[in-house]
Parts: sequence; C-alpha cells; structure tokens
Amino acid sequence: MQKSNCVLSLSSDENGTLLRVELIGDIDHHGAVGVRSEIDGAISEHRPTRTVLVLSGVEFMDSSGIGLIMGRYARMNAIGGELVLRGVSDRLMRIFRMAGLERIVKIEEEEDEDERD
Amino acid sequence: MKTSETKNHSLAKCRNEMKLKLPSLSVNEAIARAAVAVFCSQADPTPSELADIKCAVSEAVTNCIVHAYRETVGTIYITVKLFEDGLVRIEIKDKGCGIEDVDTARQPLYTTDAANERSGMGFTVMESFCDKVRVFSGCKKGTTVTLFKYLKGRE
Repeated sequence: MQKSNCVLSLSSDENGTLLRVELIGDIDHHGAVGVRSEIDGAISEHRPTRTVLVLSGVEFMDSSGIGLIMGRYARMNAIGGELVLRGVSDRLMRIFRMAGLERIVKIEEEEDEDERD
Repeated sequence: MKTSETKNHSLAKCRNEMKLKLPSLSVNEAIARAAVAVFCSQADPTPSELADIKCAVSEAVTNCIVHAYRETVGTIYITVKLFEDGLVRIEIKDKGCGIEDVDTARQPLYTTDAANERSGMGFTVMESFCDKVRVFSGCKKGTTVTLFKYLKGRE
C-alpha cells in the first residue's frame, strides 16, 4: 500500500472513556482503507464510551467517507458507545445529507476544549 | 449494451482536450481527480465547481478500481473535453466486468460491496455534483461513465 494523503492523530483521556480521532487530508477509498484499521485498533484497545471524529482538517472527501463513518458508527454501537462528528464543513454536510447520515450519526458544532489532551 | 439517460449535449466547439491512462491502483484516485481539476482550471471555475468535479471524478475512478477491476489491475481511460460554452465533459472508461443492471446500480445506497464499507453512494454523488451523468455498460466488456458539468465560472 502506497502512502496515503489521509493521516490521523489519536488521543484519549486518562480513563480511556473518550477517544478523539482527528482526520487530516483526503478521505477517498485509498485513504479510508488505511485509517479504518488504525481507528478500529484504537477502539478495540481503549473501548471508549465516546469516539469523537474531528473532520475540520479534511480537505477532500467522497462517498468513501460515508462508508468510513458508518462503519465506525456500527463499531461504537456494538460496544455500547457513541460516535460523534465535529468540524463538519458545509461541503461534507452536503455529502452526508445525500446518504441521510446526519440523521443517524450525532454531529456537534463546537469542540470542547477540556476534551483536548 | 445498456444505457440510461442519453441526451445530446453541447454543440459548442471543443476548446481543449486531455487524455489520461492510468492503472487501476487506488493511489491513482487522488492523481486522477487532481489532474482533471488542473485541466478544468483553465475555464476559471469557482472553488465549489472544482470541488464538485474532483468528487465526481473520484467516485467514477473508485468504481473502476473496486468494482470493474475488482480482482485484477486494469486500465482506466479518462478523456476530458472543455467546450466553448463552459461545458466540461469527462469520460471515465474501463474494460472491466461491467454492470449487470445500471438502473439498480445508480440507486442511492445500493452496493455489491458492503463488506468493504462501500456506501453505495457513488453514482448519487456524481449525479448531485454534475449536471448530467451518462452510463454505458456491457457485461464483461466494461463501463463508460460520462460526467457533464457546465462551469458558470466567476462572473
């Protein structure tokens, strides 16, 4: 697998109940395949009650992003936790709406500073 | 050959043309959309129009990679034509497995590859971001997707 244009930064709080995943770059099929296993690895390790996907650093996203988010939503659901999206631009929202994703996954406006490590 | 939504388009003169040939490697999704965006920049599109084109091209190219040439690596042929009236016509062609039922494939959320988290939104995204999408497909012959978008530009 060649280097992807999509990178992520992971952080979790001390008791591991919150997982913060910041996605940066391009989320296409190529990029999604790479970050998917990294996020799932962190979810398996920390078993958070809440995973926050921060999308403000996403420069490009196509429908692969919908698959990536729905997949992580299902993952969090399976362990009884919730998935939250933050930093959703108008363009991303337009793509989410096409699939009705905004009706399933929780989208929050502001980033809570004390959740940042 | 099965077709859906055919209609004649621009009668304006072609201003410029670009042809690209890429192997169906996922790393080429970004390269294909970037190359098409650079070519389209000469028509002075708005950032939003350019983003629409990039997204639609990415969907069509991804379909070639994950569906048409699923178990193999084949060639993706991209032809971009820019017309005097602002129309950009992007043809994305493969010689892969073809689509059995184009109308079903175009339905939102329809996918044959849910296991790999394909959302089934590819054609819907293309349709939303373009003025017209034409699909020709023949089983074991391949698929040609043509995206039509009028660039209204910055005026």
